[in-house]
Order: sequence, then C-alpha cells, then structure tokens
Amino acid sequence: MANGSTDGFGALSDPTRRGIFEELALRPRSVGELAEKMPVSRPAVSQHLKVLKDAGLVVDRQEGTRRVYSVDPRGVEAMRHYLDRFWDRALAAFKRAAEEEKDS
Amino acid sequence: MAATKMEAQAGSSLSREIVVEAPQERAFRVFTESFDSWWPREHHIGQSAMKQAVLEGRQGGGWYELGEDGSRCQWGTVLVWDPPRKLVLTWQITSQWQYDAAFVTEVEVRFSPEGPRRTRVVLEHRHLDRFGAAADQMRQTFSSEGGWNGLLQRFARAAEQPA
Repeated sequence: MANGSTDGFGALSDPTRRGIFEELALRPRSVGELAEKMPVSRPAVSQHLKVLKDAGLVVDRQEGTRRVYSVDPRGVEAMRHYLDRFWDRALAAFKRAAEEEKDS
Repeated sequence: MAATKMEAQAGSSLSREIVVEAPQERAFRVFTESFDSWWPREHHIGQSAMKQAVLEGRQGGGWYELGEDGSRCQWGTVLVWDPPRKLVLTWQITSQWQYDAAFVTEVEVRFSPEGPRRTRVVLEHRHLDRFGAAADQMRQTFSSEGGWNGLLQRFARAAEQPA
C-alpha cells in the first residue's frame, strides 16, 4: 500500500499527472514545454514525471541539453507487466482472506 | 507460422494460479461476496480514495469502486456467473486508466477443488493486445483530419481568409 503511488493506477489517479500523460500521448515533450502547458511549476512537473517513469508509463531520453519525455512505446508490454504484478498481489491478498475466514 | 501464431496468442493473455487452503464454495464466496475485504485498496481509478470495491454476484452485474466522495467508477461487468466454479468479468479500464464501454478485455477465474479443503484458483486475463489497439486508435483520433489537428487546420484556414 505504501507503494501505491508507483503503480499505474496510483500514478494516473492524480489529475495533473493524467494531464501530463495525455500531453505526452500526443507527442514527446521536454520538462520546460510541459511546464508551459500545465498550471504547475517546473519542479512539480519533474516530480510528476518521475512518478510516471517509475510506474513504467513514460520513458525519457537526452537530446542535447534537454531531456525529452514520451509515452512508453512498449505500452502493451508495460501494461502486461503491470497486470502481471498486480494479479500476483491481488491473488495473494485473496488467498489470505479465504484462509482466514472461518467456515460458517 | 504456427509457432508465431501461438506466441502471439500467448502474448495476448496472462495467466496466474494459486492454491488456497479453503473449500471451493468458500474460495468462490470470498472472491465475490467478500471482494472488498481483499481487493488492494490502492487500485482505484477514481480521483477520490476508494471507500469500497463492489462485485455484484449475478450475470450482468457490475464491478466497480465507490469513492470516499460518493463517486462511482465502473470497471466492467459480470459476463459469466457460475458459482462455485467459474466467474468471467470484463475489465474495461483502458491503459489511460479510464472506463471505456467500447474497450473490453476479459478476466476469467476458475475454482477447482483439489480436496475437501483445498482449491486451485486459475485467473486468466485475456485480449491484452487490445490495450495496444486502443492506444493506436487514440493516437489516430487525435492526429486525424477529424481530430484536433484537422480542426485547428480548418480554424487556421478560416482565420486566414480575408474578411
């Protein structure tokens, strides 16, 4: 639960982050370009990008002096990896619940 | 060719299984009726924190989250309700983490008894390739003549016409 902010659901539950992700879905952009479009500061944009990157939703690359972010082109793979991990966790939690419950 | 096709099919679904020390009936009941007791809390798509996760136990029922703010976010519906053996749900949450009625992947969960107090639970999430198709479609919508690009171009042309 402590890691909620680094999975896909958590990463996109924030409206600003969702906005950043949607901008990147249209075309790759630098932090500066995103900061101009979003109603938040440049450091805040960087923080949001870090969360999106940790969640495997966006990738970045260096272009000269600037860092450019884009939606992970392996989107399906990223989603698949995400769901793989997610179902593992969900089923483990289900197992605990099923084994704890007493027969009625 | 056959191998390629099999690989493609394998790539479009994922399968997980787990053995639970509980009778089949109880395993099915906890999975469905007590859905809220085990569903990971952080897995919600609404903007508000999740208050409750609901799975309606009937064919055509919904499964959704209720937010602390009273909002309701649909995840999908119950396609097959066959207690205590099988459950098929639609997962209609896109890679943008939004419910989309036109986007459908399936989650099948089978409960097989391995003894009076032991159940094997196999979960299969199918049609994952549709996440890619949906992303492509969205990209096309946004970049097509009818999308924002087209509208802006039409606007630009109109704006440039001499009055």
